[in-house]
Order: sequence, then structure tokens, then C-alpha cells
Amino acid sequence: MSGKVTAVTTMLGPATAAENTTRPTRYRHIQQGVRERLAPYTYVAPFFLLFFVFGLFPLLFTFYVALFEWDPIGEHHYVGLANFSQLVHDPRFWGALRNTFSIWVLSTVPQLLLALGMAHVLNHVRLRAATLFRMSVLVPYITSVAATTIVFAQLFDRDYGMLNWFLQLLGLQHVDFTASVWASNIMIAVMVAWRWTGYNTLLYLASLQAVPRELFEAAAADGANGWKQFRHVTIPALRPIIAFTVVTSTIGGLQIFTEPLLANTVGGLTCGAARQCQTLTLFLYEQAFGRFHFGYGAAVGVALFVMTVIVSAINYLLVTRIRSERP
Amino acid sequence: MNPTRSTTTPASRRRRSVNRVPRVVYALLGVMVLLSVFPLYWMFVVSTTDSATATSLPPHVLPGGNFLHLARLVFDTVPFVRALINSLIVATTIGVGQAVLSALAGFAFAKLSFPGRNALFLFVVLTMTVPAQLAVIPQYLIMSKLGWVDTLQAVIVPGLVSAFGIFWMRQHISNTLDDELMHAARVDGATTWQIFWRIAFPLVRPAALVLGLFGFVYAWNDFLWPFIVLKSPERYTVQIAIKALQNNRDIDLGLAMSGSFLATLPLLVLFAFVGRRLVQGIMEGAFKG
Repeated sequence: MSGKVTAVTTMLGPATAAENTTRPTRYRHIQQGVRERLAPYTYVAPFFLLFFVFGLFPLLFTFYVALFEWDPIGEHHYVGLANFSQLVHDPRFWGALRNTFSIWVLSTVPQLLLALGMAHVLNHVRLRAATLFRMSVLVPYITSVAATTIVFAQLFDRDYGMLNWFLQLLGLQHVDFTASVWASNIMIAVMVAWRWTGYNTLLYLASLQAVPRELFEAAAADGANGWKQFRHVTIPALRPIIAFTVVTSTIGGLQIFTEPLLANTVGGLTCGAARQCQTLTLFLYEQAFGRFHFGYGAAVGVALFVMTVIVSAINYLLVTRIRSERP
Repeated sequence: MNPTRSTTTPASRRRRSVNRVPRVVYALLGVMVLLSVFPLYWMFVVSTTDSATATSLPPHVLPGGNFLHLARLVFDTVPFVRALINSLIVATTIGVGQAVLSALAGFAFAKLSFPGRNALFLFVVLTMTVPAQLAVIPQYLIMSKLGWVDTLQAVIVPGLVSAFGIFWMRQHISNTLDDELMHAARVDGATTWQIFWRIAFPLVRPAALVLGLFGFVYAWNDFLWPFIVLKSPERYTVQIAIKALQNNRDIDLGLAMSGSFLATLPLLVLFAFVGRRLVQGIMEGAFKG
């Protein structure tokens, strides 16, 4: 595979040196002509090669593997739809689906609202050090999920975490953030939201800056205060980008894996004895690479794929509706 | 950006009142910056203190003098230098691959005419909606057929070029590269490759750089796929090494925090230099979701 990729690049190399060949001119011209005609295809070939081998084929093959009881180091035999009927009766699957959904809601809603507010604040024209502020809200984005999870797990720790210390100052009880479904889902949602709020803020800010200032000024002249401007100018202008961020955070939400794996330090692949924070992707990993049930894991993959397609389809409908609403 | 320069008309006075930044805005911004940066600062604080200080309440919010001790523990527990080198290899190759290969394909789609071009490009765009990262099980089976499990190329090769990158570079090349310039180069006897490498690529280098930087950051931080295919500690990238450090938390509670800090530091340094470009890239639509 890497051989083929380097073959493509070395094929491109000699083209520049073609003038130096000692072959007869006519032959050289033909050779160069063929090379020139093939050039566009060799330029786009790496993508198609990689996409077929590592993208499309594995995706289709997932459906095939899901029809088998498949041990990666042993036998595999055909079981039809047995993996799927097991899946719909598996409380572990439904639990993981519930966690995935609740983490998604708990992270996406506050995150996007916060990003909207932050973009509105950052949009002040004469703000000093605008670039510095924009860069600092992007710091969480360049911090890896693994590092983010480790620092937040420490901040949320039951015994010596800073958050529980605050709760105690407020006269509240300590919370074991890894113990229950709600607490652990909230903890993971905070990690997700922290990492993506600044990024979404910049997307919103970019759209906001495309709104003509006259629109805000006209609204102000009509006596619209900050909130009314936000409600009647900012939100409508941002509708398409809001739809986009909802979809990307949904598709991202279906793939949440590292946070539940690392957040519960004693939880292992199930994120706790009661699977209180195991997400669908972590469930897939546990089945395939923890227990070597490749077939069953692939069935989880198919379920995830179907959900992603549904989300994208809903998005497509929403976007076309938004487009038709706005002239 | 600066419509307030002319001062006399009532409209501009109104504009000025719209544009004035109230104190509360700076206060809100302060909170935003604090929330964004504090967890990283805390990572640093814990990686400079001993366990007793790190776990004491009320928390010590100033760094201590234990940084080197903890860092040495990190390097003794897992092959962390190796992990940093591996991450650098993976992220650099992917970053460069993304920039060059996407530009190359983008150039073909933007400026070369060949049978099937439009259909192929439509296909590229459609692949962006395919959630291929869900197919990790067959991807693993392919890697084991190729004999690539536990090698860095298993992480590098699938990430070398992306549909989004091609889309992004195509847009930039069709906006920047002048058809007449290309024609002139052809008349002078330049090959297609020379037109790409000597004319098109230098013209779009800023856009390619942004793409490469996003590829680098993404590859440096990626977890799931490296976690699946990299098995032996000498092959770990830094993110997987952090996970291994967390498994060894009985040695020292600050171990994983120190490792996380050391793994994040290179990106922070990079960010100090190129952060402005990344901000611009995101705002211009170089999403890498």
C-alpha cells in the first residue's frame, strides 16, 4: 500500500526530468504525451486508492462481518441475523445508546448556546486584542481528548477534586462523578463541551461577521436592545451554521470513545461495573477488541452507521427547508 | 472595519455607540479565557507537585518544584521519548501528505480537463458524508492481512489524503491560479507536473499550510485508531502512552497529568506560532470536525 503510494510519487518525479532522456525525440514525445494524458488520473489516484481500501471497503465489509460469529484468531461461521436479534435484546446496547444520547444532549445544548453567546461578545468591532481572545478560546481544541479527560477526571474526583471542594464550600454533598449514570454522563458532557465550545464559537463568529453591520445598526435605530438584536438579527443570520454544528456534534457524539475510557479510572472498558457511562463506540470496542466478538462488534458498527445516516438525512431535510425559507 | 473615522454625521455617532465595548464584555471575555485555559494550567500545576500537595484541599493553585522528578518518572514508566518521536513522525507525515496530496488532486480537479472529472469530483464530495471511521473492525482485519498491525504506517497511510482537503484545495487553486499563466507555462514547454509544483503549489501554499497544520494537530491528538492498531510500547504515540501512564497511577497520582502536560506542550508551542492561522482557517471554513 505504501509501496503503491510512493510509486505514484516516483512516477511523477521523472516527468520533470523527461527532457534529459537520450532516447529519440519522436519516441520521447509519445511517451511524454501518454504521461501527460495520464497525469490527472495519477494525481487523484491516491485519494481513491486510500478511500476504497481503508474507507468504503471496510464499511461494506462491516455488514458482512456482522453476519458471522467471528473470532479474529479462530474460526468464523455464518449466523445470519443472529447478532442483530441479540443486539436488540441486549440491555448493554440500550444502556450504551442511552448514555450516548444523554451525553450528546448534555454536551451539545449548553455548548452551542454558550458558543452563540461568546460569538456575540467576540463580535464587538473595536474589541482590543481580538486575535488573542480568539486564540485562547481555541486552546481546548488543540488539547487532545486523552489529556482533557485526564485533567477533568482529576478536577471531578470524589475525594480531592476541585469541583467537589467547591460543592463542599457551598454546603453541598460530595458527588462521586463516576458512580451514577447521571453524574458520569454530566462529567463526560463537560469534557466534550469544554473541548468544542471555542471551536464552534469561531464558526459562529465567522458567520456573524458576514452579517452587514447596517442590519444591527438599523435594529438599534428601531430601538432593539442587545437581547432583541440577538434574537432577531443574530439567530436568523446564523441558522445555517447552527444546523451545521448540530449535525457535526451529533455525528461526533456518536463516536465518543476516549472520554468514557479514561474518565473512570477504575471503570475499564465498561466505564464502571454498571456500565454507567459506556457509550456505543466504547461498547463496540469492548465487544470487538476486549472480548474478540468481531461479529457482534460489527453489528454495533452497523447500528452506529444507520444512526449516522438518519442524522445526516434529517440534516439534509432541515438544511433544504432553511434554504427555501431564506430568499 | 473602521467606519467611525468620519465623525460628523449622526449616523456615525450612532455607529460609535453601537461599537463601544462595555466593561461587562471584557469581564465576560475574562471568564471565557479563564475557563478555556485553566484546565491546562491545572495540568501543569499538578505535574509540578507531589501527590500530597496535588490532593490537598483547599487546592494549591501555584506550581511546585516537583516537575523534573515527575517527568523522569514518566520517562521511566513508559518509553515516552519514543512516543514523542512516533507522534512527530505520524503527525508530520500526515500533515505533509494532506497538504501535498490534497493540493495535487485539487489541482487536477480545478485546472485539468480529463474524461470523468466531474463524476469523480462528485464522488469525492459524496465520500465526505461516509462515516468510514465506524468501520474499525474490517480496517483492523485489513491491517492484519497487510501485516501492518503494530506499525506506524497503519496509522499514517489511511490519513494521508482526505476528501475535505481535496475540496478545500480545489477551491483555492481555482480562485488563485490564472488560466492564462497556465497557458503561458504550457507554451514554454512546462509539463503538467511542473505547472503544479512550480506554479500552482507555491500560489496556494498558505492554504496548504493551514490544511497541513489541521492534519498535524488531528494526527497528534488521535486516539481510537492508534489505540486499536499499536500494540507494543515502542510503537505508542503520546496519546496511547498517556493511557499507559494512567494504568500505572499506583506509582504516582501525578504521573498521567505530567504525561498529559508533556504531550500537550509541543502543540502549545506550535500553537503560539501558528494559532492565528488556525483561527483564520476555521473562520474561513477549514473545518476538520
